[in-house]
Amino acid sequence: MADAYPKTPMLDELEKGKWPSFVTEIKMAAADNPMGKDLLGLLERSYREKIGHWKHGGIVGVMGYGGGVIGRYNDLPDEYPNISHFHTMRINQPAGWFYTTEALRKICDIWEKHGSGLTNMHGSTGDIILLGTTTDELEPTFDELQKINFDIGGSGSDVRTPSCCCGQARCEWACYDTMGACYDFTMAYQDELHRPAFPYKFKFKFSGCPNDCVASIARSDMSIIGMWRDDIQMDKDAIKEYADGGMDIKADVVDNCPAKCMDWNGKELTIENSYCRHCMHCINVMPKALAPGKDRGATILLGAKAPIVEGALLSSVIIPFIKMEPPYQEIKDLTERIWDVWCEEGKNRERVGEFIQRVGLGNFLEAIEVEPIPEMVAHPRENPYVFYEEYFEEDDGSED
Amino acid sequence: MAKTVEEITEMMYKMISEAQGIKKLKPMDLTKAMKQLLGDEFDKKTCKLAIKNLIDTGRCVYTYFGGSFIELPHKEGAAND
Repeated sequence: MADAYPKTPMLDELEKGKWPSFVTEIKMAAADNPMGKDLLGLLERSYREKIGHWKHGGIVGVMGYGGGVIGRYNDLPDEYPNISHFHTMRINQPAGWFYTTEALRKICDIWEKHGSGLTNMHGSTGDIILLGTTTDELEPTFDELQKINFDIGGSGSDVRTPSCCCGQARCEWACYDTMGACYDFTMAYQDELHRPAFPYKFKFKFSGCPNDCVASIARSDMSIIGMWRDDIQMDKDAIKEYADGGMDIKADVVDNCPAKCMDWNGKELTIENSYCRHCMHCINVMPKALAPGKDRGATILLGAKAPIVEGALLSSVIIPFIKMEPPYQEIKDLTERIWDVWCEEGKNRERVGEFIQRVGLGNFLEAIEVEPIPEMVAHPRENPYVFYEEYFEEDDGSED
Repeated sequence: MAKTVEEITEMMYKMISEAQGIKKLKPMDLTKAMKQLLGDEFDKKTCKLAIKNLIDTGRCVYTYFGGSFIELPHKEGAAND
Protein backbone atom coordinates (compact mmCIF):
# COMPACT_ATOMS: atom_id res chain seq x y z
CA MET A 1 0.00 0.00 0.00
CA ALA A 2 2.81 2.33 0.90
CA ASP A 3 4.45 2.36 -2.53
CA ALA A 4 1.49 2.01 -4.87
CA TYR A 5 -0.63 5.06 -5.58
CA PRO A 6 -4.01 4.10 -4.14
CA LYS A 7 -7.22 4.11 -6.11
CA THR A 8 -9.59 6.61 -4.53
CA PRO A 9 -12.93 6.65 -6.40
CA MET A 10 -14.86 8.10 -3.46
CA LEU A 11 -12.31 10.80 -2.69
CA ASP A 12 -12.15 11.66 -6.39
CA GLU A 13 -15.76 12.79 -6.17
CA LEU A 14 -14.60 15.54 -3.82
CA GLU A 15 -12.39 17.00 -6.54
CA LYS A 16 -15.33 17.71 -8.80
CA GLY A 17 -16.88 21.16 -8.94
CA LYS A 18 -15.31 24.57 -8.89
CA TRP A 19 -14.20 24.68 -5.27
CA PRO A 20 -10.72 23.97 -3.94
CA SER A 21 -10.41 20.37 -2.80
CA PHE A 22 -8.41 19.02 0.10
CA VAL A 23 -8.17 15.75 -1.86
CA THR A 24 -6.32 17.54 -4.66
CA GLU A 25 -3.98 19.05 -2.09
CA ILE A 26 -3.24 15.66 -0.50
CA LYS A 27 -2.60 14.20 -3.95
CA MET A 28 -0.12 17.00 -4.67
CA ALA A 29 1.63 16.29 -1.37
CA ALA A 30 1.61 12.56 -2.15
CA ALA A 31 3.77 13.17 -5.21
CA ASP A 32 6.69 14.05 -2.92
CA ASN A 33 5.87 12.41 0.38
CA PRO A 34 4.81 8.79 1.03
CA MET A 35 2.68 10.00 3.95
CA GLY A 36 0.29 11.54 1.40
CA LYS A 37 -0.20 8.23 -0.43
CA ASP A 38 -1.00 6.32 2.73
CA LEU A 39 -3.26 9.12 3.90
CA LEU A 40 -5.29 8.93 0.70
CA GLY A 41 -5.51 5.15 1.01
CA LEU A 42 -6.65 5.24 4.62
CA LEU A 43 -9.13 8.03 4.04
CA GLU A 44 -10.69 6.24 1.08
CA ARG A 45 -10.94 3.13 3.21
CA SER A 46 -12.64 5.07 6.02
CA TYR A 47 -15.15 6.52 3.57
CA ARG A 48 -15.85 3.03 2.21
CA GLU A 49 -16.09 1.31 5.59
CA LYS A 50 -17.59 4.30 7.41
CA ILE A 51 -15.11 3.71 10.19
CA GLY A 52 -12.50 6.15 11.50
CA HIS A 53 -9.05 4.64 11.91
CA TRP A 54 -7.46 7.35 14.03
CA LYS A 55 -6.79 7.54 17.71
CA HIS A 56 -6.03 10.95 19.17
CA GLY A 57 -4.54 12.41 22.30
CA GLY A 58 -2.10 10.52 24.49
CA ILE A 59 1.40 11.34 25.59
CA VAL A 60 3.36 12.84 22.73
CA GLY A 61 4.52 16.42 22.99
CA VAL A 62 7.64 18.50 23.21
CA MET A 63 9.75 18.77 26.35
CA GLY A 64 8.25 21.08 28.96
CA TYR A 65 5.00 21.72 27.08
CA GLY A 66 1.65 20.16 27.87
CA GLY A 67 -0.21 21.38 24.81
CA GLY A 68 0.11 22.09 21.12
CA VAL A 69 0.77 18.56 19.93
CA ILE A 70 -2.12 16.21 19.29
CA GLY A 71 -0.94 12.65 19.09
CA ARG A 72 -2.45 10.58 16.30
CA TYR A 73 -1.85 6.93 15.49
CA ASN A 74 -3.73 4.80 13.01
CA ASP A 75 -4.98 1.38 14.01
CA LEU A 76 -3.72 -0.28 10.81
CA PRO A 77 0.01 0.48 11.01
CA ASP A 78 1.04 -2.59 9.00
CA GLU A 79 -1.10 -1.56 6.05
CA TYR A 80 -0.37 2.17 6.26
CA PRO A 81 3.12 2.33 7.78
CA ASN A 82 3.94 5.85 6.58
CA ILE A 83 1.16 7.29 8.67
CA SER A 84 1.54 4.94 11.58
CA HIS A 85 2.27 8.14 13.51
CA PHE A 86 0.55 11.22 12.13
CA HIS A 87 0.73 13.78 14.91
CA THR A 88 -0.72 17.27 14.55
CA MET A 89 1.13 20.37 15.72
CA ARG A 90 -0.72 23.57 16.54
CA ILE A 91 1.42 26.64 16.00
CA ASN A 92 0.51 30.00 17.53
CA GLN A 93 -0.55 32.22 14.64
CA PRO A 94 0.35 35.91 14.52
CA ALA A 95 -2.43 38.21 15.75
CA GLY A 96 -4.86 38.93 12.91
CA TRP A 97 -3.19 36.22 10.75
CA PHE A 98 -0.79 38.62 9.09
CA TYR A 99 2.26 36.97 7.54
CA THR A 100 5.02 37.83 5.18
CA THR A 101 5.38 35.40 2.31
CA GLU A 102 8.90 34.78 3.60
CA ALA A 103 7.53 33.58 6.95
CA LEU A 104 5.01 31.29 5.24
CA ARG A 105 7.73 29.79 3.02
CA LYS A 106 9.89 29.10 6.05
CA ILE A 107 7.04 27.33 7.86
CA CYS A 108 6.30 25.24 4.78
CA ASP A 109 9.98 24.37 4.28
CA ILE A 110 10.25 23.20 7.89
CA TRP A 111 7.12 21.13 7.56
CA GLU A 112 8.13 19.52 4.29
CA LYS A 113 11.42 18.56 5.93
CA HIS A 114 9.96 17.18 9.15
CA GLY A 115 6.34 16.30 8.39
CA SER A 116 3.83 15.50 5.70
CA GLY A 117 3.95 18.98 4.17
CA LEU A 118 0.19 19.22 4.70
CA THR A 119 -1.14 22.22 6.59
CA ASN A 120 -4.49 23.62 7.60
CA MET A 121 -4.40 27.42 7.44
CA HIS A 122 -6.03 27.84 9.87
CA GLY A 123 -7.72 25.51 12.33
CA SER A 124 -10.90 26.49 14.11
CA THR A 125 -8.79 27.50 17.11
CA GLY A 126 -7.03 30.00 14.86
CA ASP A 127 -3.67 28.21 14.98
CA ILE A 128 -1.54 27.19 12.04
CA ILE A 129 -2.17 23.45 11.90
CA LEU A 130 0.68 21.25 10.74
CA LEU A 131 -0.79 17.88 9.88
CA GLY A 132 1.15 14.68 10.25
CA THR A 133 4.55 13.87 11.62
CA THR A 134 6.23 11.17 13.65
CA THR A 135 7.14 11.27 17.32
CA ASP A 136 10.86 11.54 16.51
CA GLU A 137 10.31 14.64 14.40
CA LEU A 138 8.40 16.67 17.00
CA GLU A 139 11.41 18.14 18.83
CA PRO A 140 13.39 18.95 15.66
CA THR A 141 10.31 20.67 14.18
CA PHE A 142 9.80 22.64 17.37
CA ASP A 143 13.47 23.70 17.44
CA GLU A 144 13.36 24.95 13.88
CA LEU A 145 10.08 26.79 14.38
CA GLN A 146 11.50 28.55 17.42
CA LYS A 147 14.43 29.73 15.34
CA ILE A 148 12.00 31.62 13.09
CA ASN A 149 10.10 32.99 16.11
CA PHE A 150 7.08 30.71 16.04
CA ASP A 151 5.88 28.89 19.13
CA ILE A 152 3.51 26.05 19.75
CA GLY A 153 -0.11 26.88 20.58
CA GLY A 154 -2.54 25.44 23.08
CA SER A 155 -4.38 22.15 23.36
CA GLY A 156 -5.87 20.12 26.19
CA SER A 157 -6.98 21.72 29.44
CA ASP A 158 -5.12 24.99 29.01
CA VAL A 159 -5.54 28.49 27.66
CA ARG A 160 -6.04 27.91 23.96
CA THR A 161 -4.16 30.09 21.52
CA PRO A 162 -5.93 33.47 21.73
CA SER A 163 -7.21 34.79 18.41
CA CYS A 164 -8.58 38.08 17.15
CA CYS A 165 -10.02 39.81 14.13
CA CYS A 166 -7.72 42.06 12.09
CA GLY A 167 -9.09 45.01 14.09
CA GLN A 168 -7.68 48.44 13.55
CA ALA A 169 -5.16 47.06 11.05
CA ARG A 170 -7.83 46.96 8.36
CA CYS A 171 -11.24 47.75 9.82
CA GLU A 172 -12.70 51.15 10.55
CA TRP A 173 -15.31 49.70 12.92
CA ALA A 174 -12.76 48.28 15.37
CA CYS A 175 -13.46 49.85 18.75
CA TYR A 176 -10.10 48.80 20.22
CA ASP A 177 -6.76 47.38 19.17
CA THR A 178 -7.71 43.70 18.97
CA MET A 179 -4.31 42.62 17.69
CA GLY A 180 -2.53 44.47 20.48
CA ALA A 181 -4.81 42.98 23.13
CA CYS A 182 -4.53 39.47 21.66
CA TYR A 183 -0.73 39.65 21.63
CA ASP A 184 -0.66 41.08 25.16
CA PHE A 185 -2.87 38.31 26.57
CA THR A 186 -0.94 35.65 24.67
CA MET A 187 2.33 36.80 26.20
CA ALA A 188 0.86 37.38 29.67
CA TYR A 189 -0.57 33.86 29.84
CA GLN A 190 2.29 31.83 28.33
CA ASP A 191 2.41 29.63 31.40
CA GLU A 192 -1.32 28.89 31.27
CA LEU A 193 -1.06 28.31 27.51
CA HIS A 194 1.73 25.74 27.68
CA ARG A 195 1.03 24.08 31.02
CA PRO A 196 -2.51 22.71 31.25
CA ALA A 197 -3.81 23.37 34.75
CA PHE A 198 -7.54 23.91 34.26
CA PRO A 199 -10.58 21.63 34.46
CA TYR A 200 -10.83 21.98 30.67
CA LYS A 201 -9.97 24.36 27.84
CA PHE A 202 -10.29 28.15 28.12
CA LYS A 203 -10.48 30.33 25.03
CA PHE A 204 -10.06 34.07 24.56
CA LYS A 205 -11.24 35.68 21.36
CA PHE A 206 -11.00 39.37 20.58
CA SER A 207 -13.45 41.04 18.20
CA GLY A 208 -13.18 44.70 17.37
CA CYS A 209 -16.92 45.39 17.05
CA PRO A 210 -20.28 43.64 17.49
CA ASN A 211 -20.02 42.21 13.95
CA ASP A 212 -17.80 39.76 15.81
CA CYS A 213 -15.82 38.50 12.81
CA VAL A 214 -14.05 35.84 14.91
CA ALA A 215 -17.44 34.65 16.26
CA SER A 216 -16.16 35.06 19.79
CA ILE A 217 -19.68 35.07 21.21
CA ALA A 218 -20.14 31.47 20.09
CA ARG A 219 -16.64 30.07 20.28
CA SER A 220 -14.76 31.49 23.23
CA ASP A 221 -15.05 31.15 26.97
CA MET A 222 -14.18 34.82 27.27
CA SER A 223 -15.40 36.99 24.40
CA ILE A 224 -13.98 40.50 24.31
CA ILE A 225 -16.11 42.38 21.80
CA GLY A 226 -15.54 46.00 20.78
CA MET A 227 -18.29 48.37 21.94
CA TRP A 228 -19.13 52.08 22.14
CA ARG A 229 -21.21 53.74 24.82
CA ASP A 230 -22.04 57.12 23.30
CA ASP A 231 -24.11 57.89 20.22
CA ILE A 232 -23.72 56.37 16.77
CA GLN A 233 -21.82 58.85 14.58
CA MET A 234 -23.97 60.14 11.76
CA ASP A 235 -23.14 61.96 8.51
CA LYS A 236 -26.43 63.50 7.35
CA ASP A 237 -25.14 64.35 3.87
CA ALA A 238 -24.05 60.76 3.35
CA ILE A 239 -27.47 59.52 4.49
CA LYS A 240 -29.07 61.77 1.90
CA GLU A 241 -26.72 60.33 -0.72
CA TYR A 242 -27.87 56.82 0.14
CA ALA A 243 -31.51 57.90 -0.12
CA ASP A 244 -30.92 59.75 -3.40
CA GLY A 245 -29.08 56.68 -4.70
CA GLY A 246 -32.20 54.58 -4.31
CA MET A 247 -31.74 52.96 -0.91
CA ASP A 248 -35.03 52.33 0.87
CA ILE A 249 -33.87 53.50 4.27
CA LYS A 250 -37.12 52.64 6.00
CA ALA A 251 -37.26 49.07 4.68
CA ASP A 252 -33.55 48.28 4.68
CA VAL A 253 -32.44 50.07 7.81
CA VAL A 254 -35.19 51.32 10.11
CA ASP A 255 -37.53 48.33 9.87
CA ASN A 256 -34.65 45.91 10.45
CA CYS A 257 -33.50 47.61 13.63
CA PRO A 258 -34.08 45.03 16.43
CA ALA A 259 -34.60 47.77 19.01
CA LYS A 260 -36.88 49.90 16.77
CA CYS A 261 -34.86 52.85 17.93
CA MET A 262 -34.63 54.56 14.51
CA ASP A 263 -36.98 56.72 12.52
CA TRP A 264 -36.86 57.95 8.92
CA ASN A 265 -39.28 60.67 7.85
CA GLY A 266 -38.17 60.65 4.24
CA LYS A 267 -35.61 63.38 4.81
CA GLU A 268 -33.98 62.83 8.16
CA LEU A 269 -32.81 59.80 10.12
CA THR A 270 -33.10 59.97 13.91
CA ILE A 271 -31.76 57.43 16.39
CA GLU A 272 -32.79 57.04 20.01
CA ASN A 273 -29.36 55.87 21.09
CA SER A 274 -30.39 54.88 24.61
CA TYR A 275 -32.42 52.04 23.07
CA CYS A 276 -29.72 50.95 20.62
CA ARG A 277 -28.67 47.31 21.00
CA HIS A 278 -25.40 47.82 19.15
CA CYS A 279 -26.25 45.17 16.57
CA MET A 280 -24.32 47.02 13.83
CA HIS A 281 -27.06 46.45 11.23
CA CYS A 282 -27.59 50.11 10.35
CA ILE A 283 -23.85 50.77 10.30
CA ASN A 284 -23.26 47.78 8.03
CA VAL A 285 -25.96 48.90 5.59
CA MET A 286 -24.85 52.54 5.46
CA PRO A 287 -21.11 52.39 6.18
CA LYS A 288 -20.43 55.81 4.68
CA ALA A 289 -23.11 57.48 6.77
CA LEU A 290 -23.00 55.77 10.18
CA ALA A 291 -20.19 54.69 12.43
CA PRO A 292 -19.75 53.46 16.00
CA GLY A 293 -19.52 56.24 18.57
CA LYS A 294 -16.30 57.84 19.70
CA ASP A 295 -16.29 56.61 23.32
CA ARG A 296 -15.04 53.12 22.55
CA GLY A 297 -14.02 50.07 24.56
CA ALA A 298 -15.29 46.51 24.84
CA THR A 299 -18.01 44.32 26.30
CA ILE A 300 -16.81 41.20 28.05
CA LEU A 301 -18.91 38.08 27.79
CA LEU A 302 -18.37 34.71 29.34
CA GLY A 303 -19.23 31.10 28.77
CA ALA A 304 -19.55 30.17 25.10
CA LYS A 305 -18.69 26.71 23.88
CA ALA A 306 -19.32 24.28 21.06
CA PRO A 307 -21.36 21.12 21.71
CA ILE A 308 -18.66 18.85 23.10
CA VAL A 309 -19.53 17.01 26.34
CA GLU A 310 -22.71 19.10 26.75
CA GLY A 311 -24.70 21.38 24.44
CA ALA A 312 -23.52 24.55 22.76
CA LEU A 313 -23.71 27.83 24.66
CA LEU A 314 -23.43 31.45 23.63
CA SER A 315 -21.53 33.70 25.99
CA SER A 316 -23.43 36.22 28.08
CA VAL A 317 -22.50 39.68 29.27
CA ILE A 318 -20.41 39.98 32.39
CA ILE A 319 -18.92 43.47 31.92
CA PRO A 320 -21.12 45.74 29.74
CA PHE A 321 -18.37 48.23 28.97
CA ILE A 322 -14.72 48.56 29.77
CA LYS A 323 -12.03 50.76 28.30
CA MET A 324 -9.46 48.67 26.44
CA GLU A 325 -6.12 50.14 27.34
CA PRO A 326 -2.83 48.29 27.89
CA PRO A 327 -1.90 46.55 30.12
CA TYR A 328 -5.60 45.53 30.46
CA GLN A 329 -5.00 44.89 34.16
CA GLU A 330 -8.65 45.04 35.19
CA ILE A 331 -9.56 42.31 32.69
CA LYS A 332 -6.58 40.20 33.69
CA ASP A 333 -7.55 40.49 37.37
CA LEU A 334 -11.10 39.45 36.50
CA THR A 335 -9.82 36.55 34.40
CA GLU A 336 -7.63 35.28 37.20
CA ARG A 337 -10.49 35.46 39.70
CA ILE A 338 -12.61 33.45 37.28
CA TRP A 339 -9.84 30.86 36.90
CA ASP A 340 -9.41 30.61 40.68
CA VAL A 341 -13.09 29.83 41.25
CA TRP A 342 -13.43 27.53 38.24
CA CYS A 343 -10.23 25.60 39.07
CA GLU A 344 -11.29 25.20 42.67
CA GLU A 345 -14.87 24.09 42.03
CA GLY A 346 -15.04 23.00 38.38
CA LYS A 347 -15.44 19.35 37.43
CA ASN A 348 -13.16 17.56 35.00
CA ARG A 349 -14.01 18.64 31.42
CA GLU A 350 -16.44 21.31 32.61
CA ARG A 351 -16.16 24.56 30.66
CA VAL A 352 -16.69 27.89 32.38
CA GLY A 353 -20.14 28.29 30.78
CA GLU A 354 -21.28 24.92 32.05
CA PHE A 355 -19.83 25.69 35.46
CA ILE A 356 -21.83 28.94 35.61
CA GLN A 357 -24.99 27.08 34.65
CA ARG A 358 -24.37 24.49 37.36
CA VAL A 359 -23.66 26.90 40.21
CA GLY A 360 -25.89 29.74 39.00
CA LEU A 361 -24.74 33.12 37.75
CA GLY A 362 -25.62 34.81 41.06
CA ASN A 363 -23.29 32.52 43.03
CA PHE A 364 -20.64 32.75 40.36
CA LEU A 365 -20.71 36.55 40.35
CA GLU A 366 -20.41 36.61 44.11
CA ALA A 367 -17.41 34.29 43.95
CA ILE A 368 -15.61 36.40 41.35
CA GLU A 369 -16.52 39.60 43.21
CA VAL A 370 -18.59 41.20 40.47
CA GLU A 371 -21.82 43.01 41.34
CA PRO A 372 -24.89 41.85 39.39
CA ILE A 373 -26.28 44.52 37.10
CA PRO A 374 -29.19 44.58 34.64
CA GLU A 375 -26.88 44.66 31.62
CA MET A 376 -25.77 41.09 32.32
CA VAL A 377 -27.98 39.75 29.61
CA ALA A 378 -28.18 36.36 27.96
CA HIS A 379 -29.89 37.98 24.98
CA PRO A 380 -30.86 41.59 24.32
CA ARG A 381 -33.53 42.61 26.82
CA GLU A 382 -33.44 39.22 28.50
CA ASN A 383 -31.92 38.72 31.89
CA PRO A 384 -32.75 35.33 33.31
CA TYR A 385 -29.83 34.97 35.68
CA VAL A 386 -29.62 37.84 38.12
CA PHE A 387 -31.68 37.61 41.25
CA TYR A 388 -31.82 40.09 44.05
CA GLU A 389 -31.80 38.79 47.58
CA GLU A 390 -34.35 41.32 48.82
CA TYR A 391 -36.92 39.83 46.40
CA PHE A 392 -36.37 36.42 47.92
CA GLU A 393 -36.74 37.87 51.39
CA GLU A 394 -40.07 39.45 50.41
CA ASP A 395 -41.23 36.17 48.87
CA ASP A 396 -40.21 34.26 51.97
CA GLY A 397 -42.23 36.67 54.10
CA SER A 398 -45.40 36.45 52.00
CA GLU A 399 -45.33 32.65 52.04
CA ASP A 400 -45.26 32.61 55.82
CA MET B 1 8.34 26.68 58.06
CA ALA B 2 7.02 26.71 54.51
CA LYS B 3 8.02 23.84 52.25
CA THR B 4 10.49 24.49 49.46
CA VAL B 5 9.74 23.89 45.79
CA GLU B 6 11.96 20.80 45.89
CA GLU B 7 10.10 19.36 48.86
CA ILE B 8 6.72 19.93 47.21
CA THR B 9 8.11 18.43 43.99
CA GLU B 10 8.99 15.24 45.84
CA MET B 11 5.60 15.09 47.58
CA MET B 12 3.83 15.47 44.25
CA TYR B 13 6.10 12.93 42.56
CA LYS B 14 5.26 10.40 45.27
CA MET B 15 1.54 11.00 44.75
CA ILE B 16 1.84 10.59 40.99
CA SER B 17 3.94 7.43 41.35
CA GLU B 18 1.45 5.86 43.70
CA ALA B 19 -1.49 6.76 41.48
CA GLN B 20 0.17 5.59 38.25
CA GLY B 21 -2.01 3.02 36.51
CA ILE B 22 -4.76 3.50 39.09
CA LYS B 23 -5.93 7.09 38.75
CA LYS B 24 -4.91 9.86 36.41
CA LEU B 25 -4.19 13.07 38.32
CA LYS B 26 -4.74 16.57 36.98
CA PRO B 27 -2.44 19.41 38.05
CA MET B 28 -5.30 20.79 40.11
CA ASP B 29 -5.66 17.44 41.93
CA LEU B 30 -2.04 17.75 43.00
CA THR B 31 -2.46 21.36 44.09
CA LYS B 32 -5.61 20.56 46.07
CA ALA B 33 -3.89 17.62 47.74
CA MET B 34 -1.01 19.87 48.76
CA LYS B 35 -3.50 22.37 50.17
CA GLN B 36 -5.02 19.65 52.29
CA LEU B 37 -1.66 18.29 53.44
CA LEU B 38 0.07 21.59 54.13
CA GLY B 39 -2.75 23.69 55.56
CA ASP B 40 -1.41 27.15 56.41
CA GLU B 41 1.91 26.39 54.76
CA PHE B 42 0.20 25.92 51.39
CA ASP B 43 1.29 28.28 48.65
CA LYS B 44 -0.20 28.01 45.17
CA LYS B 45 2.78 29.56 43.42
CA THR B 46 5.16 27.03 44.97
CA CYS B 47 2.89 24.22 43.78
CA LYS B 48 2.93 25.67 40.28
CA LEU B 49 6.73 25.77 40.33
CA ALA B 50 6.87 22.21 41.63
CA ILE B 51 4.73 21.01 38.72
CA LYS B 52 6.98 22.93 36.33
CA ASN B 53 9.94 21.21 37.97
CA LEU B 54 8.44 17.76 37.48
CA ILE B 55 7.81 18.39 33.80
CA ASP B 56 11.01 20.26 32.95
CA THR B 57 13.19 17.56 34.48
CA GLY B 58 11.32 14.89 32.51
CA ARG B 59 10.34 12.97 35.64
CA CYS B 60 6.70 13.45 34.67
CA VAL B 61 4.87 14.24 31.45
CA TYR B 62 1.61 15.86 30.51
CA THR B 63 -0.85 13.47 28.88
CA TYR B 64 -4.20 14.03 27.22
CA PHE B 65 -7.03 11.54 27.60
CA GLY B 66 -10.14 13.66 27.27
CA GLY B 67 -8.48 16.18 29.59
CA SER B 68 -4.90 16.96 30.57
CA PHE B 69 -3.17 14.89 33.24
CA ILE B 70 0.28 14.52 34.77
CA GLU B 71 1.76 11.04 34.73
CA LEU B 72 5.07 9.21 34.85
CA PRO B 73 6.49 8.74 31.35
CA HIS B 74 5.28 5.46 29.90
CA LYS B 75 4.55 3.87 26.57
CA GLU B 76 1.05 4.63 25.46
CA GLY B 77 -1.15 1.59 24.82
CA ALA B 78 -2.26 2.79 21.39
CA ALA B 79 1.18 3.99 20.27
CA ASN B 80 2.62 2.37 17.18
CA ASP B 81 6.35 1.58 17.02
